[in-house]
Amino acid sequence: MNYIFYFLIAISIIFAVINGRLENLGNAILKGADLSVKIAFSLIGIMAFWLGIVRIAEKCGIVKFIAKLITPITKWLFNEIPQDNEAIGNIALSFSANALGLTNAATPIGLKVMEELQEENKDKKTASNAMCMFLAMNTAGFQIIPATVIAVLAGIGYKNPTEIIVPTLIVTSIAFLSAIIIAKLLQKVWKPQTVEKEVKGVNYD
Amino acid sequence: MINFISTAAIPFIVLLILTVAIIKKVPVYQEFTEGAKDGFKVAVNIIPYLVAIIVSVSMFRESGALEMLSNACAGFFEMIKLPIDTLPLVIVRSLSGGAALGVFSDIASHFGPDAYVTKLAAVMVGSSETTFYVLAVYFGSIGITKYRYALLTGILADIIGIVAAILVCSMFFLPSIA
Repeated sequence: MNYIFYFLIAISIIFAVINGRLENLGNAILKGADLSVKIAFSLIGIMAFWLGIVRIAEKCGIVKFIAKLITPITKWLFNEIPQDNEAIGNIALSFSANALGLTNAATPIGLKVMEELQEENKDKKTASNAMCMFLAMNTAGFQIIPATVIAVLAGIGYKNPTEIIVPTLIVTSIAFLSAIIIAKLLQKVWKPQTVEKEVKGVNYD
Repeated sequence: MINFISTAAIPFIVLLILTVAIIKKVPVYQEFTEGAKDGFKVAVNIIPYLVAIIVSVSMFRESGALEMLSNACAGFFEMIKLPIDTLPLVIVRSLSGGAALGVFSDIASHFGPDAYVTKLAAVMVGSSETTFYVLAVYFGSIGITKYRYALLTGILADIIGIVAAILVCSMFFLPSIA
């Protein structure tokens, strides 16, 4: 991540000089920083709401119940996390919210999962296998109904926007399954103590 | 029907959770506010990571580097029969959700609803999640700085997703164009 951060900024500055866009850069920094805070602050309310709801779900045993339903799968995916951990149920909740396209609900629950996984993590600075698996599932963006895209299509007068649902579902499933398999394979090769920088640098370009 | 499911999902989930809780005599109001307290903390925790990722990505875009990267890839795109107009989307997809949606809206309104490019772009956007943003926010919230293979996994899955989108779309939509 250090190298990616460095290269993104260094390359930007070099290209800005070449393209004579240096004055745009200052603007980009200002706008980017501003946008970050806006995003974070817009999250506070909805975050509080879902964290409140999830807490109730935990207290009344719903999270445990969902966790039990999916144990066969999570046993394999998250073999380092005790299966009675709250995280397992919340992983299922977060995944369902994502699949339904409820991003606003998925993010707070997902962040809660990360916190719970962190408790099981030995090295607090380094990602655990469980975290990488959870994020692999997340970044693959499995979604049953791509609601936003459908809305845009409908907006421009697309007659039958729902026809993209099936192809999208096929593609998203392929990406999702590959992400899980890749994460499973890499966790054997890429142990926590190994140096990660070189591989990431190459990979980025 | 689909619209109904997406609009009904949230209220229904909330109602279900609250009802079960009340039946089990859980003090719902206290527990709700107890859980909600963390909302502010988590949101504030992710600000530094958001700033890092969003500022660097928007610098990259504003400097013209993104454009030049697109131009550099143009030949390769023609080779694999990918419409050149989806190129910015392919590059931006993993970096920023807002930008990806922006590029998609641009493609959609420029080429119109019946173009193959529009459909391909729709599937590409609909099937992806912004890898960099998710990693920065999720790892940032708990202070993880060493991502190990998480980023590589996300990017590989994104690439597989793009390839799958091209293949699946050509099967679904291309014959019907003629």
